[in-house]
Amino acid sequence: MSSAHFRYLLRLGDTSLIVGQRLGEWVGHGPALEEDLGLANLSLDLIGQARLLLTYAGELEGKGCDEDQLAYLRDGVDFCNVALAEQPNGDFACTVVRQLLIDAWQLELYEQLQHSSDRRLAAIAAKALKETQYHFRYSASWTVRLGDGTTESHGRVQSALDDLWRFTAELFTADDVDQEMAARGIGPQLDALRPKWLARIDAVLEEATLKRPADAPYPWHGKSGRHTEHLGYLLAEMQFLQRAYPGAQW
Amino acid sequence: MSAQEREWPLFEVFIRARSGLEHKHVGSIHAVDARMAIEHARDVYTRRLEGVSIWVVPSSQIVASDPADADALFEPARDKVYRHPTFYDIPDEVKNL
Repeated sequence: MSSAHFRYLLRLGDTSLIVGQRLGEWVGHGPALEEDLGLANLSLDLIGQARLLLTYAGELEGKGCDEDQLAYLRDGVDFCNVALAEQPNGDFACTVVRQLLIDAWQLELYEQLQHSSDRRLAAIAAKALKETQYHFRYSASWTVRLGDGTTESHGRVQSALDDLWRFTAELFTADDVDQEMAARGIGPQLDALRPKWLARIDAVLEEATLKRPADAPYPWHGKSGRHTEHLGYLLAEMQFLQRAYPGAQW
Repeated sequence: MSAQEREWPLFEVFIRARSGLEHKHVGSIHAVDARMAIEHARDVYTRRLEGVSIWVVPSSQIVASDPADADALFEPARDKVYRHPTFYDIPDEVKNL
């Protein structure tokens, strides 16, 4: 086992876990009962992916950490989700745009990971891909509804897009871990995913009458543990129970 | 715009539990159009593997009998028990009836 392999699984697992936690914050606050359930379903799919990935990561690491220890007992700097995942829910438009950007990325990623030389990861990706296809359908249809909706909804979704676009560079910027995984046939070449991701996003934005923001260099490296200030607050809530009552179980 | 008009329209949801079975009415959901209605029905009514197919129908499109007509519509069938095929002796050899 290489530490790159472990870190790679942590990145995938953490990204799903953190977006899942964010979506879970909507429960009881959704704009309609049906959307409340819809967002919770997405959240549960993502947390399910995180469980499989973190369990596997823990086994690879070989230090006896299970999914719960990895999720609830690591500090912010040890989390390696992409920074986009931890961005606050904001209004519904903001949540939808964050979801769209991540769903389209996970679609390309899982599509490739299905053929990973790591058979267990390939099986997890194949399961996650089906879930992600529905997630993308959900986020894309809401992006179109809001973008091609009223002046108010169009303005909100465009502003969410303008705000979140800067976090998308990280999705396709490979570092040592990504390169080693690509060289070993475990993960895809990240930069090669971008054209297909962009084509997918552009198609949605066009239908939604939204304008794609300009690309910008980015100072966040969530994958390496350098996060925005939002992650700490999220973890404080997510980890509260295990921190306050160590070992508590249902 | 009245409060009722601001509300999303209601759809009736029908789910087919398995291939070969009929779609059964399971409840209703609010949605702005048919596509969203299918997605909402999926999210609300198929969370526990309840189905393999979904129909949604705008509730406003359902034509219902008037409860006030119930006597005229249904009473006449009450004394015609012979319409139930319960008077036949089933031979033991016949299985699966």
